[in-house]
Amino acid sequence: MKKKSLFFNFVTIIILLNFLISCSKEQSEVIDYNEEFKTSFGGSLVNAMTGEPSNLIAMIAGDSASSAIAGNIFNSLIKYDENLNYAPDLAESWKISNNQKTITFKLKKNLKWADGSPLTSEDVLFTWKLITNANTRTPYGSDYQLVKSASTPDALTFKITYASSYAPALDTWTALHILPKHILKDEDINNTFFSRNPTGSSYYKLDTWISGQQVTLKASKNSISGPPSIKKLISRIIPDTSSQFLELTADNIDLMNINPIQYQRVFPARKDLQQKIALYKELGNGYTYLGFNLKKEPFDDRRVRQAINYAIDKNEVINGVLLGLGEPISSPYKPGTRWNNPNLNPYPYEPKKALRLLADAGYIKNNDGLLMKNGKPLKFEIVTNQNKQREMTAVLIQRRLQEIGVEVSIRVIEWASFVNRFIKTGDFDVVVLGWGLSLDPDQYNIWHSSQQGPGQFNFLGYENKKVDKLLELGRKELNPLKREKIYHKFSKYLLEDSPIVYLYAGYGLSAVHKRVKGIKNPAPPAGIYHNNYDWFIPKSLRRNVILER
Amino acid sequence: MFSYLIKRILWMVPMLIGISLISFFIMHLAPGDVTSSEASFNPRASEESRQKLRELYNLDKPVIIQYGLWVKRIVQLDFGNSFASHQKPVLWERKDKSGNITKGLIQESLPITLMINLIGIFIIFSISIVLGSLSAISQNTWIDRSITLFVFVGFAIPGFWLALLLMYWTGVSNQWLPISGLHSPGFESLSSFGQFTDLLKHLILPVSISSLSGLAGISLYVRNGMLDILHQDFITTARSKGLEEIKVVFIHALKNAVLPLITIVGLSIPGLIGGSVIAESIFAIPGMGKLFYDSVLMRDFPVIMGILTIGSVLTLIGNLLADIGYAWADPRVRKGLVK
Repeated sequence: MKKKSLFFNFVTIIILLNFLISCSKEQSEVIDYNEEFKTSFGGSLVNAMTGEPSNLIAMIAGDSASSAIAGNIFNSLIKYDENLNYAPDLAESWKISNNQKTITFKLKKNLKWADGSPLTSEDVLFTWKLITNANTRTPYGSDYQLVKSASTPDALTFKITYASSYAPALDTWTALHILPKHILKDEDINNTFFSRNPTGSSYYKLDTWISGQQVTLKASKNSISGPPSIKKLISRIIPDTSSQFLELTADNIDLMNINPIQYQRVFPARKDLQQKIALYKELGNGYTYLGFNLKKEPFDDRRVRQAINYAIDKNEVINGVLLGLGEPISSPYKPGTRWNNPNLNPYPYEPKKALRLLADAGYIKNNDGLLMKNGKPLKFEIVTNQNKQREMTAVLIQRRLQEIGVEVSIRVIEWASFVNRFIKTGDFDVVVLGWGLSLDPDQYNIWHSSQQGPGQFNFLGYENKKVDKLLELGRKELNPLKREKIYHKFSKYLLEDSPIVYLYAGYGLSAVHKRVKGIKNPAPPAGIYHNNYDWFIPKSLRRNVILER
Repeated sequence: MFSYLIKRILWMVPMLIGISLISFFIMHLAPGDVTSSEASFNPRASEESRQKLRELYNLDKPVIIQYGLWVKRIVQLDFGNSFASHQKPVLWERKDKSGNITKGLIQESLPITLMINLIGIFIIFSISIVLGSLSAISQNTWIDRSITLFVFVGFAIPGFWLALLLMYWTGVSNQWLPISGLHSPGFESLSSFGQFTDLLKHLILPVSISSLSGLAGISLYVRNGMLDILHQDFITTARSKGLEEIKVVFIHALKNAVLPLITIVGLSIPGLIGGSVIAESIFAIPGMGKLFYDSVLMRDFPVIMGILTIGSVLTLIGNLLADIGYAWADPRVRKGLVK
């Protein structure tokens, strides 16, 4: 018995001592991260990802982790520059014929794959054939099947002709990573070792891939645009974001995406973190909306949709869900880009106007304060998938609508069930979902009345002849100025019809260790990552551990 | 005994067929397939190409035909390839014509989970036997009560919460242990002893967290078993012939008290290949729990079926082993069997 209590005492003392030590531990030497540093080659950047890439051939992978890593290995013909204009990548120039159907890409001279073999227009043609091949397991083939013929007049020229002019064409060619013919010509693309050990043409090549744990890229000597400044990019797979955050605070990773609470609450309260970690925000590439099933009563009545739009306080949602880190939007385009119509404004929060519109539509408040029409209350269900932000958004909306007498219930469901049980069958009232703010303004697949089949993306059932016409026009018009006008008009009709309530476009938030230099702040329209090959880690700030070997 | 064994093993075949049939159909009852992942909800991905994918994966065929195709493969021990991870083999590695080896998903995750769980079970059982016996011999004293309190707090405490606190304490504020993952960066360049200690350091927290919740059940088993035995006549005899109390308890009583544990060990064999999704996510360990969870979310049918099949085979084997083990350890059961 004596021994026992001695043991317990011992443990207690150890624990107490530890607390003392950790409290009195002196600050390790303070490094000044804000000095001026010169660019130098070397070092490694460790970042955290929540998911493992499924493979590194983007046309087959489809998950964001895969495309993030593959983007450092492969090039496309053209890319977006920091202001989201088209810029040369593998192609140094491109020409659009007068009838707007033929595009001729001229490749840069002396391009090489990472293994030293020459990169020519044959590779481009091979890649196009691959993605349009019926046996290739890619969901992205349809854009490229519009190309009627493709040819390579010489080793530096790639020429494609569309059956009719296709305005999003250039955008689609920014997304297609060009693959090496000399390696893949005899391989089955659906089942090739290349997908886990690729050879590309861009700044980095694969160094090691430890399944489920980390993917390491190292600078490629044969990079078509010269070497990057950071020697190694290490992506650690850490599914839990709280664990990522602990790793960041312990200095084990340099970069992670953070959430609004960490951005607005945790960092401002932690001087020690502010000293070594810089925060960046950039408008993300997606927006969240409340979408009505337009085939169903009462949402087939525009007044009801507009009323609900007026009854929702978007600023409240942005402040409540995103702690202010979002923007209200009024068109499906990124604010500040040319496609966004600057004359449009989101529906303001005006519950009285909402009630007036509902009264016009025949809804009168009964004694219990519920809106009724022909003895039936105005009530519906919001369905959304398991996504914390969307759930919180739905709750805020529920409360605002309850205030004007609309009864709302919420159902949250796992993604695949959500799509197959509700979206595909059209068996829903209202959804809270998100769409991408795509860089090309074409929204044909989402809003054209012909796109309502099961599995297609106009699942809300939106039909507007004027909008159909504009979408068809916009797809064919390659002149940006004329296109701009078309889509400004389209956005205006869409906002008036209110088939969806635009809720917010959230900011993408990143925390990066201050040892990483060369990041543009404030972020340019293309985001902070667009120039990650220019980022560098000054020698004195590098981790002096074995991983530098 | 022998014929009994043969009978038991033969019975496993219809059981397995039944289990696989039920699993297969339940899996297909859940709406959606691999083409309805969140990433493919993208206007760039057309419905035609998704339909094409469904055809390539035979997902457009009736469920019973898909089951037939699966059985045809599985009797040749071919678990197929994953839909979602670019045709990685489900079970075991595959070599392509140029000699590149693609490892199997289960092959990669199973050793990790197995290692963690084996260490975990070893720790749980050793600590539980000590704690349980201690509680029993000092029944109703403060030792007994504080042990019971400790194991129940361990059982009730949310693992993810404690894990995060411990990660912060040992990893961030003190930097004693790594926070997550299985290897430190630069692991490959360490000596083999260095690699071993590195791995060990990474395992301390996950194993402790997963063991903590298991202590309560087992230590109470031991405690109650011990209490039963301590009140039996042969113990009184042992005491009356003047044996030291320590010998009475740890030689005569303990042996009998841990008998029921054999069943529990047997029953926990299938649990050995299952990992906790939460623990694996928090500690960034690529184990079986995460693999199964992700494949369910992705509707990656070959992987789901692969894990379920291996799980059910192990469950059946575990039950069998538990029975055999019991017969081997307890003459009473053995005699009953022979009849």
